Amino acid sequence: MEYFHSVRLDQEKCKGCTNCIKHCPTEAIRVREGKARIIQERCIDCGECIRICPNRAKIAVGDGLEKIRGYRYKVALPAPSIYAQFYPEVPVPRILGAFLALGFDAVFEVALAAEVVAAATKDFLLKHRGPRPLISPACPAVVSLIQVRFPALVDQIAPLETPMDAAARLARSKAVAEMGLRPEEVGTFFISPCPAKITAVRQPPTGLLSQVDGVLPLAAIYPDLLRASETAREVDPVAGPRGVGWGVSGGENASIGLNRLLHVDGIHHVINVLEGVEKGEVTDIDYIEAQACPGGCVGGALMVKNPFVARQALTRALASLELGPGYSPEELEARVAEGECQVAGRVKPRPALALDADLDNAIAKMKLLEDTLATLPGLDCGSCGSPNCRALAEDIVRGQAQDTDCVFRLRERVRILAEEVVELARKLPPSMAGK
Amino acid sequence: MDRAKEELVLNFQVQGRDFQGAGVAASQIRRVLKQVGFDPQVVRRAGIAAYEAEMNIVIHAYRGTLSARITAQEIEIVAEDEGPGIADIELAMQEGYSTAPPEVREMGFGAGMGLPNIKRCADGLEIASEVGRGTTLRARIVIKGT
Ligand SMILES: Nc1ncnc2c1ncn2[C@@H]1O[C@H](COP(=O)(O)OP(=O)(O)OP(=O)(O)O)[C@@H](O)[C@H]1O
Ligand code: SF4
Ligand SMILES: [Mg+2]
Repeated sequence: MEYFHSVRLDQEKCKGCTNCIKHCPTEAIRVREGKARIIQERCIDCGECIRICPNRAKIAVGDGLEKIRGYRYKVALPAPSIYAQFYPEVPVPRILGAFLALGFDAVFEVALAAEVVAAATKDFLLKHRGPRPLISPACPAVVSLIQVRFPALVDQIAPLETPMDAAARLARSKAVAEMGLRPEEVGTFFISPCPAKITAVRQPPTGLLSQVDGVLPLAAIYPDLLRASETAREVDPVAGPRGVGWGVSGGENASIGLNRLLHVDGIHHVINVLEGVEKGEVTDIDYIEAQACPGGCVGGALMVKNPFVARQALTRALASLELGPGYSPEELEARVAEGECQVAGRVKPRPALALDADLDNAIAKMKLLEDTLATLPGLDCGSCGSPNCRALAEDIVRGQAQDTDCVFRLRERVRILAEEVVELARKLPPSMAGK
Repeated sequence: MDRAKEELVLNFQVQGRDFQGAGVAASQIRRVLKQVGFDPQVVRRAGIAAYEAEMNIVIHAYRGTLSARITAQEIEIVAEDEGPGIADIELAMQEGYSTAPPEVREMGFGAGMGLPNIKRCADGLEIASEVGRGTTLRARIVIKGT
């Protein structure tokens, strides 16, 4: 299978250091021939490598603003976390207005869709009888992480729409109803805090077609938006604090409003919690809001502001009176009753870690891996281009590396060779003996 | 065809009362099973059995070993310990029965669910114990469709 990934390498800038290989949560990067290589099957587009790379050699590829021209009616779908990139310097109505100045015909707040998703999630959780805890489908990096590293948990991903997809659906039907357009004339463009959302639209984890037509990385249009916001006309926000709160970690749970909900942010913390679920240790929790980025989407890898400053800004926006009223409880109830936000597609495991498709062969390779690992020094230094000794052993077994890639093994081999040379040098040919 | 050509055995030392290192052996086993490419549900079941067995050594025994014997047909988890042993195994198997001391319960263990949980996950469970000597637990998970 071919994988689309938003996260790419800029060959020119990469110096072949070991920063990214050591931070990647799925061990998806190797340094080979002096350059980083991303293993496509394993990459989850979380953006950790973009954050860590000192040479800015990891990049995210999304859509450009020119793509909106392909549609008669263009709708911008800003993620709630986006507000924090401008607030409080720019008030919310002018943040929304800036999108119109940029060439969009309408703005539909993803936060508004999040309110419906929260209501649908609450309803689903109250009725659900299967294994618990369920896990939020909202962060696509976490969903991919589960596919690759926690395949046993895929069935615990709640079968609900993400706010992004719900927003695209709602925005399109609104435009069709109010403007008399055909659905394909409406272009829906998500304004993204992260590469994971870009990938989720191109290659949805459920295998269903996304309702989103394009994804614009916030960082790429930030200067334009900032300029546009200065003179933009005001657009009244509709979404209320409950929806906008999704931009920070804990906001989703707060808007669902049940008791046994857990939230966790930062990919390595998420791994820690999912390992707990896998062990069967997390028994008293019904739902996990897990976000790959520090502090939630405000800490997205394609954001501009410091994540902690952004989190504070969003918290202030939530407390301000600048947000909208949101959907009424009656409206939400009616939408949930109609079965909105339920999705038919299920997330499938992505078996990227298995050593071999045949179990017997895989066990043989595993033995070889353990034996190989025992010959390596266990320093996990990364000089071999693999993230740690175990990963090098795995790469050797897969035929993608050799033991002399380890500098210590190489030195050992050189020493043995040198001793042999010395030994040979001592042996004189018989004709020279005694001379 | 000759089956079970390959067998991989993993052994880990487990120290009683070492709550810091607790669960590490089961994690390693789970990791290896995933990497071999066993069905996620098989990994889940074997992982839970290994974890509960490991925790029982940590909580109830002095020291022991946790091992996994892995073939394409079957995974066997073996937990062998030096410890007080179990006087009444049938009673110990009951849901909710626990002799865990209060300080261990405060850490969230001691619900008396470990052994019943292993039984649910395993296709076969054997416990042999001698009071004052120790306990050996064997849980087997049969791989279907091979
Ligand atoms: N390895 C062991 N050595 C001695 N006693 C044990 C051992 N394993 C289990 N037991 C006894 O059996 C009881 C039940 O074990 P079980 O694993 O079901 O529950 P628990 O360990 O007490 O609590 P939980 O597993 O829910 O944390 C224990 O409380 C203990 O008395
Ligand atoms: S936490 Fe939010 S910004 Fe970060 S990867 Fe997930 S969806 Fe994207
Ligand atoms: Mg127990």
